[in-house]
Amino acid sequence: MNDNTENKNFLDIENLVVEYRSNDQTVHAVNGVSLKLEGGQVLGLVGETGAGKTTIAKSILRILPDVSARIAGGNIELEGKQLFQLSETEMQQIRGKKVSMIFQDPMTALNPVQRIGEQIEEVVSLHNRGNHEDHVKRAEEMLEMVGIPKERYREYPHQFSGGMKQRVVIAMALACNPDLLLADEPTTALDVTIQAQVLDLIAELRKKYHTAMILITHDMGVVAQTCDMVAVIYAGQILEYGTKEQIFDHPSHPYTIGLFGAIPKLNVDEEWLHPINGLPPDPTNLPQGCPFNPRCRFATDECRKKAAEMMKTPDGHDCRCIHIAEALKGE
Amino acid sequence: MAVPEIRNKHRNNSEMHRVMRQLKKNKLAMIGLVIFAIEIIVAILSPYIIPYKYNAMDMTSVQKGPSLVHLFGTDELGRDIFSRVLYGGQYSLTMGVLATFISTTVGMLIGAVSGYFGGKVDNIMMRILDVIQSLPNMLLSIVISAVLGSGFVNTIIALSVNGLPAAARMLRAQIMKERENEYIEAAVSINCSRSRIILNHLIPNSFSPNIVQATMGVASMISIAASLSFIGLGVQPPIPEWGAMLSAARQFIRQSPHMVIFPGLAIAVTVLALNLLGDGLRDALDPKLKN
Amino acid sequence: MTPIVEIQNLKKYFPTAHGMLHAVDDVTFSIEKGKTLGVVGESGCGKSTLGRTIIHLLESTSGKIFLNGEDITSVKGEQLKQCREKMQIIFQDPYSSLDPRKSVEYTVREPMVVSGRYKKEEIDKAANELMELVGIDERLRKSYPHELDGGRRQRIGIARALALDPMFIVCDEPVSALDVSIQAQVLNLLKELQIKRGLTYMFVTHDMSVVKHISDDICVMYLGQMVEKSPSKELFVNPLHPYTRALLSAIPSTDIHNPNKREILRGELTSPINPKPGCRFAARCPYASEACHQPQKLEEVTPGHFVSCCRVHEL
Repeated sequence: MNDNTENKNFLDIENLVVEYRSNDQTVHAVNGVSLKLEGGQVLGLVGETGAGKTTIAKSILRILPDVSARIAGGNIELEGKQLFQLSETEMQQIRGKKVSMIFQDPMTALNPVQRIGEQIEEVVSLHNRGNHEDHVKRAEEMLEMVGIPKERYREYPHQFSGGMKQRVVIAMALACNPDLLLADEPTTALDVTIQAQVLDLIAELRKKYHTAMILITHDMGVVAQTCDMVAVIYAGQILEYGTKEQIFDHPSHPYTIGLFGAIPKLNVDEEWLHPINGLPPDPTNLPQGCPFNPRCRFATDECRKKAAEMMKTPDGHDCRCIHIAEALKGE
Repeated sequence: MAVPEIRNKHRNNSEMHRVMRQLKKNKLAMIGLVIFAIEIIVAILSPYIIPYKYNAMDMTSVQKGPSLVHLFGTDELGRDIFSRVLYGGQYSLTMGVLATFISTTVGMLIGAVSGYFGGKVDNIMMRILDVIQSLPNMLLSIVISAVLGSGFVNTIIALSVNGLPAAARMLRAQIMKERENEYIEAAVSINCSRSRIILNHLIPNSFSPNIVQATMGVASMISIAASLSFIGLGVQPPIPEWGAMLSAARQFIRQSPHMVIFPGLAIAVTVLALNLLGDGLRDALDPKLKN
Repeated sequence: MTPIVEIQNLKKYFPTAHGMLHAVDDVTFSIEKGKTLGVVGESGCGKSTLGRTIIHLLESTSGKIFLNGEDITSVKGEQLKQCREKMQIIFQDPYSSLDPRKSVEYTVREPMVVSGRYKKEEIDKAANELMELVGIDERLRKSYPHELDGGRRQRIGIARALALDPMFIVCDEPVSALDVSIQAQVLNLLKELQIKRGLTYMFVTHDMSVVKHISDDICVMYLGQMVEKSPSKELFVNPLHPYTRALLSAIPSTDIHNPNKREILRGELTSPINPKPGCRFAARCPYASEACHQPQKLEEVTPGHFVSCCRVHEL
């Protein structure tokens, strides 16, 4: 592999395939996903339930359930290191220190019987030498940084509201200055005014520490506010990938166009919304060809036979569809 | 517009048929069911099929091991153990199952009312159950048995008290959890009466743990019945109730282990069969586990 | 025109170990036939409690509730049953709002079965028609909830709510748990049914874009108090209450070229238990003054646009 210096290809996911096995069924969660991320960049991973977003994040950290999950193909390279070839001990050095994750539900992400200050301190002490006092001091710093008075160090999670719990989770995630932050729907469970606070906080801390981030979400508004790059994922495949401007100004995949069309917009008055017909596919029984074809207006026989390759759109971003021209002409 | 296929094409959809169909797919559960069914049939037919009368003594063939003449051997009074085990099945199986059924049903009703209404009703009922549970199982059964006297029906009553508090608490806990679900609020909004909510919606969604507990309960009922017989309460000799046979044979275990082994096996096989069946039933009753 | 639903000074308090929780505190509004009132607010604002209190799933603490002009505040017994048939609710969680052990057909039939007024054939026919109306394919009608996806489960919930032919339906965040592409389907369905059957909705949600799309009027709540009520479009063009303004500005916009100018609120929600008198938003309001700690009055600033803020004319 080339040894790329500087920020290029800080994270390189190539053709990732992940499946879950249970009894006689196989769930094809991720089907050949390739993504690249530069240092300090924010990638928005947009998709609906079951699209495979969380599985990708967990694959980077290698925290997929041992028994049922299987990485069936592809590799992930972080700053030149092949993550799938590392031993468990080496991975433990990476988790929490180089790469950390904010999970979706702040209500269940914290240990209910451990004081929140101690939970942050645990992360610090796992990755840093030094004595107990140093670690506590660092944990207190993190609390202050996320806007929680350090006097609350010894309180328990149930004494905090949802927004504050999420801040504690962020403090834990950033305590060791990771280079990559994986945020899995970090604000979905929060009220919109608290969401604004938390997103601002993440942006501020990111800027301070130059942390790259993969933000998993289904909310296009959040993507618009926080991301540099956007990847649209459906049935475990990336259907469209480009800069935020490219995706928002010129969405080219019928699914992306459909997503934008289905969202009620604040600045447009519509009598009826434009839903996407049908349902997301059953991951144990994916359609042949392009996974979106059963719901797609532009689908032709070729779409039903063979999945599309990544093509280039007029403005230069990636789109996995052979009908880009029709989709853009659209309505 | 393609729509994901639903796996099971239903022919007849009543709950019963669905459960039976689901149960049939579970091989272990079916084995349990078959074994238990065989035991019941044998027990019912036993008076007609046993080679010797259950209380026929033969002092010339005392404590003989298994042979072609006496399949399970004989006991200290020369009685044929095979015939006694088969005949005793009527008593052991009936007592175990009936006592468990009564204790589970009554327990569940108490638990349902307690769990649904909460407040004072719950408090009072739970305190009464506390008292019952604070007495060792055996002790309460002994007291009731002593008061009522020995005999088949009295023993069943004495036994029923045992699983009751556990069944009540188990159902109560599940009900208190299920009660918080929105489908219960929905039932109120469509004017369901309280009894309909409890019987129709809450109990069916809450009673699976009780099924498993009940099947295991049969085993403990049989063993408590044995203990009662041992101390002169419960079922009296010469009735060949399995537990009683087991207790009586203890003193001969060194010389004639077959006297202990066969009644013991009878209990063990019954318990195993019921456990397999119970597990299968619990899985079959849960629509979510279908696939 | 008598409004279908009217509430006056409605209060719902819950006694807790720490004191009295003022979940809904003095809310007044009315909804005309065929219209949708959107009720928005964040956690703890009381919007769900409000819906449940109006349809008598919870007993109100004080205040009045009118259904089609009739005072139904303290109905009991047979009258309550009849009332309930006219006011139904669609729940938020498609996973816990259907009995997991009953087929979806059973769930749709049950309201009619319980009411006791219909013959079996009538019920069967009506149930089939309802399920067709909400778009549930025939071969799915005997399925169980866990076999269906969230969108379909919500449709069953809608069919159940329609079974008794109500005049008023409280929609309690009916699309919040659904994927975006399915949300749009269900929202369109709700609108279609409203037109077809002349239904009146109270649509509770925390999603401002959804509420703008579906509501005729919007009521903004904060910690149990109603802070603003106005026709839908007007609220977004001219929000008057500082909380409404902060709420609207917090929504991340999908227009990447015109990001919102945001008014970030300080701090956390104050507690609704034993609250101090006056505006509950004052603790976080950038414009709070002394007068804000007095009980606020609801004022009609422009026709149909009500605000509860003593400083509204200055700001």
